Amino acid sequence: MNVQRGVELVVGLFVLAGIAALMVMALQWSNFGASRISGYEVLARFDNVGGLSEQSPVKLAGLTIGRVGSIEIHPETFQAEVRMVIDDKYDNLPTDSFANIYTAGMLGAKYIEISPGGSLESLQDGDRITMTQSAIILESVVSKFLFDKAKE
Amino acid sequence: MTPERSTRADSAAMIELEGVTFARGAQTIFSDVSMSIPRGQVTVVLGPSGTGKTTLLRLVGGQERPARGRVLVDGVEVNRVRRKSLYALRRRMGVLFQNGALFTDLTVGENVAFPLRAHSQLDEELIRRIVLFKLEAVGLRAARDKYPAELSGGMARRAALARAMALDPALMLYDEPFAGQDPISMGVLLRLIRRLNDALALTSVVVTHDVKEAMSIADKVIVLAGGRVIGSGTPDEVLAQREAEPALAQFLDGNAEGPLNADDQQAPLAEDLGLGGRS
Amino acid sequence: MTALLDAISRLGRLAIDAVAHAGSMALFALRLAVVLFPTWSRPRDVAQQVYAAGVLSLVIILVAGGFVGLVLGLQGYNILNKFNATESLGVMVALSLVRELGPVVAALLFAGRAGSAITAEIALMKTTEQLAALEMMAVDPMRRVIGPRFWGALISVPLLAAMFSMVGIIGGYLIGVVVLGVDQASFWGQIREQMDPWDDVAEGALKSLAFGAVIALISVYEGYRAEPTASGMARATTQTVVLSSLAVLGLDFVMTAFMFGA
Repeated sequence: MNVQRGVELVVGLFVLAGIAALMVMALQWSNFGASRISGYEVLARFDNVGGLSEQSPVKLAGLTIGRVGSIEIHPETFQAEVRMVIDDKYDNLPTDSFANIYTAGMLGAKYIEISPGGSLESLQDGDRITMTQSAIILESVVSKFLFDKAKE
Repeated sequence: MTPERSTRADSAAMIELEGVTFARGAQTIFSDVSMSIPRGQVTVVLGPSGTGKTTLLRLVGGQERPARGRVLVDGVEVNRVRRKSLYALRRRMGVLFQNGALFTDLTVGENVAFPLRAHSQLDEELIRRIVLFKLEAVGLRAARDKYPAELSGGMARRAALARAMALDPALMLYDEPFAGQDPISMGVLLRLIRRLNDALALTSVVVTHDVKEAMSIADKVIVLAGGRVIGSGTPDEVLAQREAEPALAQFLDGNAEGPLNADDQQAPLAEDLGLGGRS
Repeated sequence: MTALLDAISRLGRLAIDAVAHAGSMALFALRLAVVLFPTWSRPRDVAQQVYAAGVLSLVIILVAGGFVGLVLGLQGYNILNKFNATESLGVMVALSLVRELGPVVAALLFAGRAGSAITAEIALMKTTEQLAALEMMAVDPMRRVIGPRFWGALISVPLLAAMFSMVGIIGGYLIGVVVLGVDQASFWGQIREQMDPWDDVAEGALKSLAFGAVIALISVYEGYRAEPTASGMARATTQTVVLSSLAVLGLDFVMTAFMFGA
């Protein structure tokens, strides 16, 4: 009976350790918290979103303040209509803020960087950022290439 | 060719086979075999190796189904019955397998306790006592905490016997209980089989090819060879039938030549060597 | 000409054997399915098998996971360094492990370590007539022997795969951050940004659960169907490792195509 009890204890610890490993990876190491952001929605139109996708981060001064909710083609302008969900904590973004699509690192994922404007009014749920800059794809590669060449 | 073709349902028979045909693959093991095994006696089924003696036990236990015919155990038709009734029937059967078939990861005591735990709600103290009692009956009480790997062949078989008896069966089946036993443990087993049968009013079926030893404890003998019954009755009756049945005489006397090893008498060696017959 | 015909007929026989094998395994799976839940009436039997299959495989899984993580860290660093993107090392290591290497390598190791042991044990019980003895004691071996071993493997594989991935990521961290000097914040930050709890972690876990089911089924089937001889047992254990490995890799491709493809 005592041996049996020992086995049961070890098996219990084993199962707990396995579940803990899954939980740590799913809840601590992944974007679990971020993907469930509750916040307000802001819209923006881009000519080209490059590799931006749902769940891509929205950053302010390098910090993640929200996520891309959905990306659709606007039926009339044929631009990409991006819906961002921004954390309620950051409810004082000026209405004339700028939205740029940048790349994390050289080959990293795309994200939206918000550059705050100077307006005293702040963006509300459903508002639109009108000033946007699309993903720069080819140019950045070329400039990087030229820059490297010039150094040699 | 079979003396007792039981057509009446006599309650004296524990096991009855009626016109049983059984084949494994292309090989026919029984063709139209009938026999009856009386209640309360020790019946020995004899026959040369490979005549399907073990298969007979598997048919009785419901582990194999005949292609044709009926197998009746205590009035229950084993080959037709539903799984639940079959399991209920098996609970009243004890089987001693050829090498004991003890569970290797359990001690001897736990092996004997296994059927009790599986089929009864007895408390642990009572189970412990029954186990000790059963082990005492086969003379192995001291070995209760040993593992099967630590036992000699004879001890393992007696331990398995204690396990088979754990649920107080009405029918005991012994599959080659004497195979590979030294004369002393063979004698012990013979005495045990006879004594248990009489003391507990069992029906015992012993399958073996050890003619003399088996005859000494048998109430009834059935001799199988070549897929049919070649002799049946009390030991003396069977010995008397040898005149009429040359195969029976060959088996009982252990002759190397005879009708039973017809497959040994093949074409001349020269033919197999490709030398051709002398012309 | 006859050689060609012989070859073709041999191919035909192989195909027929394979179909027959699959068919009898499917029948066996049905018989097993019936006893899967009744098996839990004896939870201790299942715990015993989780111990035998899972806990005893822990050492090999953790050591292998650590080494795979270290190698991924080294190789990934060298490749990413060519693109000036070493800060993505964390994501590369983490996603490779969680989506792919964790479930697959853990499953392959499990098949070799525990699956073969399950097959050998059941085959030995069959050879020594222990299964027949159970039947004659009116105890269903499917429920008493096969069921608990199936559950033991099914439960163990996803847990082992999760631990494998976790240890691997830590191994990648050791090489990347501690040894090669990748920025610690971007190592973890990139993982956190790119790894999704549903698309990556949960789907990886689902994969390993499927692998566990396949290995468990093959292991108990091969043992149950083994020819009751020494060479039959040897063939059965080999068959378990070969079939399990192929099934895991094939299933991995199909599941990956459905989950991450397109």
